[in-house]
Amino acid sequence: MEIIQVVGLGLLVTILSLILKEQKPMFAFLLTACAALFIFIFLADKIAAVIRVIESLALETNVNLVYLKTILKIIGIAYIAELGAQIVRDSGFSSIASKIELAGKVLIIVMAVPIIEVLIRTVISMLPASA
Amino acid sequence: MNFDINAIFQIAGIGIITAMIHTVLKQMGKEDMAHWATVIGFVVVMFMVIRLLDQLFQEIKTIFLFQ
Repeated sequence: MEIIQVVGLGLLVTILSLILKEQKPMFAFLLTACAALFIFIFLADKIAAVIRVIESLALETNVNLVYLKTILKIIGIAYIAELGAQIVRDSGFSSIASKIELAGKVLIIVMAVPIIEVLIRTVISMLPASA
Repeated sequence: MNFDINAIFQIAGIGIITAMIHTVLKQMGKEDMAHWATVIGFVVVMFMVIRLLDQLFQEIKTIFLFQ
């Protein structure tokens, strides 16, 4: 029941940062950032187990590993961008947070371009007119 | 979930103690010392958070990016 631990950590950090915000808002920010990092590190361990399974399945079925690597990189980018955007938004800078999210989206589309290209080439080669 | 919950309490404790030191030094009339105390406390906590951030990024790199 690790969810109880995560919720407990969240409630604890919320109360502590409410106390700290009265005195020093900077420390409250660092405290919430630290809690967010803890939870993300914890989640990274869990995701690693899932990814090992997906990786072994991909190896067994001879899927081109480039696709799997690209997808994993995309998930990693989404993960980091979400973390950064949430921490920045917590401290009240939503404009910078949306820039981080935008950067995440752009980098993801850049990563996905080779896969999209392969897909479109496949579709085009199926069209009778393109012969 | 085997992480070090003490770090949370450490950060909160450092914050409260720094606020206390700041108040006491301000009452004694040493404004600039009070600000230095705050800055030093902030840097200490910042180092803890940055170490955690580094740990997270290393972990994400090994999990997602195979590097």
